[in-house]
Amino acid sequence: METKAFQKIYTKIENITKATITVHATDVGNDELASVGGKLAQVVKINGTEVTLQVFSGTEGIANNAEVIFHGEPPKLKVGDGLAGNIFNAYGQPLAGSKEIAGEEREIGGPTVNPYKRLQPSEFIPTGIAGIDLNNALVSGQKIPFFADPDQPYNQVMAMVALRAKADKIILGGMGISNDDFLYFKNVFDNAGALDRIVFFVNTTENPPVERLLVPDMALTAAEYFAVDKGEKVLVLLTDMTLYADALAIVSNRMDQIPSKDSMPGSLYSDLAKIYEKAVQLPNGGSITIIAVTTLSGGDITHAVPDNTGYITEGQLFLRNDSDTGKVIVDPFRSLSRLKQLVIGKKTREDHPQVMNAAVRLYADASNAKTKLENGFDLTDYDQRTLKFAYDYSKELLAIDVNIDVTKMLDTAWTLFAKYFSKAEVGIRNDLIEKYWPAN
Amino acid sequence: MKTTGEVVGVTSNLVTVKVNGAVSQNEICYITMGNARLMAEVIKVNGDKASVQVFESTRGLRAGTPVEFMGNMLEVTLGPGIITHIYDGLQNDLAAMDTLFLERGHYNDPLDYNSTWDFTPIAKEGDTVTAGDWLGEVPEHFIKHKIMVPFVMKEKYTVKNIASAGTYKITDTIATVTDSEGKEHAISMIQRWPVKEAITAYKEKPRPYKVMETGMRAIDTFNPIAEGGTGFIPGPFGAGKTVLQHAISKQAEADLILFVACGERANEVVEVFVEFPELDDPHTGHKLIERTAIICNTSNMPVAAREASVYTGMTIGEYYRAMGLKVLILADSTSRWAQALREMSNRLEELPGPDAFPMDLSAIISNFYARAGLVHLNNGQTGSVTFIGTVSPAGGNLKEPVTESTKKAARCFYALAQQRADSKRYPAIDPLESYSKYLEYPEIIEYLDSHVEAGWVDKVNRAKTIVLRGKEASEQINILGDDGVPVEYHDRYWKSELIDFVILQQDSFDKIDSNCPMERQKYMFNKIMDVCSISFKHKDFEECIKFYKQVINLFRQMNFSEYNGEEFKKYDAEVGTLIANYPQEGKNA
Repeated sequence: METKAFQKIYTKIENITKATITVHATDVGNDELASVGGKLAQVVKINGTEVTLQVFSGTEGIANNAEVIFHGEPPKLKVGDGLAGNIFNAYGQPLAGSKEIAGEEREIGGPTVNPYKRLQPSEFIPTGIAGIDLNNALVSGQKIPFFADPDQPYNQVMAMVALRAKADKIILGGMGISNDDFLYFKNVFDNAGALDRIVFFVNTTENPPVERLLVPDMALTAAEYFAVDKGEKVLVLLTDMTLYADALAIVSNRMDQIPSKDSMPGSLYSDLAKIYEKAVQLPNGGSITIIAVTTLSGGDITHAVPDNTGYITEGQLFLRNDSDTGKVIVDPFRSLSRLKQLVIGKKTREDHPQVMNAAVRLYADASNAKTKLENGFDLTDYDQRTLKFAYDYSKELLAIDVNIDVTKMLDTAWTLFAKYFSKAEVGIRNDLIEKYWPAN
Repeated sequence: MKTTGEVVGVTSNLVTVKVNGAVSQNEICYITMGNARLMAEVIKVNGDKASVQVFESTRGLRAGTPVEFMGNMLEVTLGPGIITHIYDGLQNDLAAMDTLFLERGHYNDPLDYNSTWDFTPIAKEGDTVTAGDWLGEVPEHFIKHKIMVPFVMKEKYTVKNIASAGTYKITDTIATVTDSEGKEHAISMIQRWPVKEAITAYKEKPRPYKVMETGMRAIDTFNPIAEGGTGFIPGPFGAGKTVLQHAISKQAEADLILFVACGERANEVVEVFVEFPELDDPHTGHKLIERTAIICNTSNMPVAAREASVYTGMTIGEYYRAMGLKVLILADSTSRWAQALREMSNRLEELPGPDAFPMDLSAIISNFYARAGLVHLNNGQTGSVTFIGTVSPAGGNLKEPVTESTKKAARCFYALAQQRADSKRYPAIDPLESYSKYLEYPEIIEYLDSHVEAGWVDKVNRAKTIVLRGKEASEQINILGDDGVPVEYHDRYWKSELIDFVILQQDSFDKIDSNCPMERQKYMFNKIMDVCSISFKHKDFEECIKFYKQVINLFRQMNFSEYNGEEFKKYDAEVGTLIANYPQEGKNA
């Protein structure tokens, strides 16, 4: 940042911690940016003339006589059509190789959409993955995370979903993703010829963790530009929100705040909600849909990050390795899309809700049969058939490498029903059975 | 002269102000930032420094910014025109805001000052009146909105003038009263009241003695809530808290529903104001929205206003209660309010209680729940505020501070069980964990005896025992295997399943099943209990399972059919035959 003539330079730093510094200064605004010894920092606390700043890239090497220059404004992002096809760092600056863009500067982390101005989400987003489209249909304007263990291919699934989702713009906010994963995303989008409708904001594992705190707001400010100003359908991918929360915890810890559950700050719920609630269906036809990743440790969803996330988002998607078929599937029991009722059977074929429920119920029966088997009890004929059904259902529908449209998914489900069960066992409304039950 | 001050410290939305005069706890002040005035509330005073929580973003706020203190606490404006509106936590009318985004420092009037109302006087000149007494009424949708002596006027007054029947604006004087010293007071249709103080303009608050019908079998039959009672619904995410609350709001037998969306998803509020204008109130046939008002502070709106939202909702509820109405307040979720308290307590650097919540959390929650209740008004009429809050326990653990504190305050406990939700047994209200203290009230037992059926509560308790014994039997079956237990165990288990499937489970998305009036609940419950009292002679466990599955299926078809309609009677007869022809004790096969 260039020094401007009227800016005051402070050179007496009172206090330095790993993430923050304190300096005596006057006429400083809350949330304002500053540079501290050339590093970008943000005001987090004002106490009289004592101003505490969080230094995004860490305070390593900062001397107590380093220059502190206040910028007089909060973090901003330059928005314009030139955002598309470009890659930015967490500060919204183009990375080497990307062009400087023309446009207007906007404050990031702006105000909330008036709930009264929102429209009810109603547009189905097909992804080709039956575990999603059939059982947990996504709707534009929805916010939904993948809950996944670090070893699961969530980034691959997310890239796949993003490409098939037919969004006008895809905005990827990478927080603490590995450079390899970043390059993977770039290659996949490049190969699909989609790079020109993608905006990246990237903080890789090589960058300082506190920088990550800016990424979601940057990504969502860009999203609001396209959705609000241009009326476009924008898909925002945020990976990985657990690492974002970890950065929040680091800062709150450095500021001597009392941690609540799992060492997370007491404001975690509000901090996460501020991000996810940016998902919206706007009256101008534009929308922001957020698909995020929350990595779990050992599948534990009671940890503060997935727990608070679950209360905020409109459902969650679980990936699971299915040992019977050797495929990664979208878990039909634990996954949930809260908005699916708004589209299934309305934007998709009428039999969708009933077929979905019947298949999941039969799959649940199979899981009971499996428990029986493990406990050494005899299986009935029905149990045997549910097990066979479960195998096919997993392989032909739930597996994430299946890519078919939703009508084909429904037809496949009917074929499987007819293969293993009688009409009565399926428990679907009679008129639908008559219409869709396959004729031998 | 008003107290003023200047900002000396900022930590997120906690601002320290150096003041030049008197300042009181919970006083409202405005911080002037350029053109925007940010509203804030005093939460701590220390010498000449006041700590205030700002109801807006404090971005860009500087030390030295001027602050003006208003001399009053956070107040709501009460008058005709509240129903159907959607307010934020500070009672701004969201529908009247024209920008897409909620710009900070934008406040507006909660009531339409240009609207006119058809006034009919109730009081006469010369009447002696006091706070809360009815002076007249205006029709607000289908509610007779009473114009009352303002709650702040606690003395005795004589009515000097009262407006004649006619059309008036809400600011017009509709009555003039004189106090004991002969001083005149002009009264209009609006008044203001501080949200953190309970409105107590009534004669007495007896123990609740009536049941409020919610149309949900798991509540009305199993654990009824009293009119003027309190209840809460804790449950992990995905257990169906919001669906259950929406279902209650649609079916409950109340004159007015206040929906407080506290720190929850904006799309859920959208659902209410998109759907309610389309749906009918099952009790009156009017549109649901005509008996609904929404107060929302969604999760991304300023945190401090979240606390205000629940108090705003309660105060509006108390106001309509004073008109002799049955008000039901649904708050989703009170945990978010508690979290807002925690954030603030943390910034104030108070010593934390369990899970970093403030030490007085429990006291704050019980004070709040205590504001609900059935009251006898001065004129002998009754009014009530029934309050049902949801709680979002961290990690689904019911031993956390908010759930535990609420359990001490609320009288009905509707625990949503993850296991029930996972197996799609909705509503996921756990029949064994949940309770209603009202079932122990002699007044309520008597009420149910006379309004439903003599001995009703005993029968309900019998049903609970069957469910409990069914659970024990199912554990035995799981350990020993289907063949390893006597067939009676299966019978016991399936009787509990019968109660579960036919009484406890209810489809909130089915047109007919979603609302089950008490008359129908009584019929079905008696049917089921009759079946439960029969000792069947099963050949083996497979026969037993097959039999009960058929019985359950037929009863469920009844639940989905119009009450006493042709279908309903057909299934009723069918299940009757099925049972009569099945071998039972004391009867030859």
